[in-house]
Amino acid sequence: MTDRQIMTGDEIRRAIIRISHEIVEKQAGTKGLALVGIQRRGVPLAKRVADAIEEHEGVRLPTGALDITFYRDDLSLVAQQPIVKGTDLPFDLNGTTIVLVDDVLYTGRTIRCAMDALIDFGRPRAIRLAVLIDRGHRELPIRADHVGKNVPTSREEIVHVHVAEIDGSDEVSIARELRAPDTTVVGG
Amino acid sequence: MTTVAPAASGAGTDAVAWHHRHLIDVDVLTWPEIELIMRTTEQMKGILARPIRKVPALNGRRVTTLFYEASTRTRVSFESAARNLSADVVSVAPATSSVTKGESLVDTIRTLEALGAEILVMRHSVSGAPYLAAEIFSGHVLNGGDGWHAHPTQALLDLYTMRENVPGGDLRGKKVAIVGDILHSRVARSNIWSLTAAGADLWLCGPATLLRGFDRWASAWSGGAVPGHGKFNVTSDIDAALRDADVVMGLRIQRERMQGGLLPSLREYAAMYQLNAERISLARPEAIVMHPGPMNEGVEIAPDIAISGRSVILDQVSNGVAVRMALLYLLAGSHEAAQPGHEGAHIETAR
Repeated sequence: MTDRQIMTGDEIRRAIIRISHEIVEKQAGTKGLALVGIQRRGVPLAKRVADAIEEHEGVRLPTGALDITFYRDDLSLVAQQPIVKGTDLPFDLNGTTIVLVDDVLYTGRTIRCAMDALIDFGRPRAIRLAVLIDRGHRELPIRADHVGKNVPTSREEIVHVHVAEIDGSDEVSIARELRAPDTTVVGG
Repeated sequence: MTTVAPAASGAGTDAVAWHHRHLIDVDVLTWPEIELIMRTTEQMKGILARPIRKVPALNGRRVTTLFYEASTRTRVSFESAARNLSADVVSVAPATSSVTKGESLVDTIRTLEALGAEILVMRHSVSGAPYLAAEIFSGHVLNGGDGWHAHPTQALLDLYTMRENVPGGDLRGKKVAIVGDILHSRVARSNIWSLTAAGADLWLCGPATLLRGFDRWASAWSGGAVPGHGKFNVTSDIDAALRDADVVMGLRIQRERMQGGLLPSLREYAAMYQLNAERISLARPEAIVMHPGPMNEGVEIAPDIAISGRSVILDQVSNGVAVRMALLYLLAGSHEAAQPGHEGAHIETAR
């Protein structure tokens, strides 16, 4: 297996800043906006987007974390249960525009679970999606509103997103692995 | 709104895999596995605090409860837990089933399996009955109490409730006194495994007739022959058991299991061993009082103690739902990882 770098730390930083501008532009301001990162790597990315928006708009958006483990539709397919990381939504979702933040958009199943989970907490006015990497191969009618980088991939490839908060450094790389793609879920 | 912080303790438990197809007693659990259950329970408590107390984790999975002994809280708790995870629940009461026509346990289980049961929660008056069930049932068996032998979900909810109430959530060196009818108690037996594994300073206390055999178990234990790092103490001296205790747990005097001569009378038991205000004052000021229920108020516990500020008895009940959600979730996902030979080997040795 060989790793090929597709984004440097600096490129990740610029992509986050661009996404942060797009989010504000689409909403025509910051009113009613909230960010929710999907466990695990979506959580630090959501915080970075919030930091960037605070820098150029001077407003701190409410930011939460969402664990979708109990909403997965593949409990009977995975070899063992994923470890639950915790959900923390310290604000009222009703009437807000939620921007879901995740590292990789792949089949779309993670996002479907995330929407189910969010709706159990309240009724957002709208749900949008921001991802660092869109690698294609959707299995559900889901698309991202804000994308850091579109990366054409084959199903045999695996996208690794590293963020400093969890992995010690910022980098996105792509690897070809011989294992069945179903057993390794990076994003979804 | 709802905040569920990931459990602070248990660094490194990310790597813990769940391998058990059945859960019949806590004796087969390693400490990291117990920590995994505690962490999963924490998440389940978070779900119970939400406006919609339901997640689709076990959507469409079939959970059957088969209770050969009377139960309110355990059966209702399991059924609520299963429903909170979106499972379909079938409740079998043997008193109104073909069991009254003479159907054997084995036949009943085969029939329930043919009817689609995937997870079987069972309670039986015969110790070891769930091991037999696990041999013939192709799904998962979760023990809701068998005879005097084991009540794993009670021990785990007790452990969770203690950790919630003990500063720092660490039971190492904390004195836990279990007082009452130890002899007939599957709760006490399962708690011995989990509390010694947690490193608690465990004391079992009751009249000598209701402690028979436990002193030998305790002395074999301190020899290090059995898993778990702590040892435990057995005494009939209630003052010694309660002095400076951090946790005091009363056990029900099981009148239905009392054969002649074990107790002179309930009045005499209450006079000697009842958990009342005077006796509880021997424990630490911040000590908590627990009871697995159902209580004989005025026998093993004074009514004012059961509802005092120290009592966490209702916390035990509500934590029970979360613990059972965690176990149903962990067991339901374990079938791919299950190695039939592995669990089978345990069944051979355990019976």
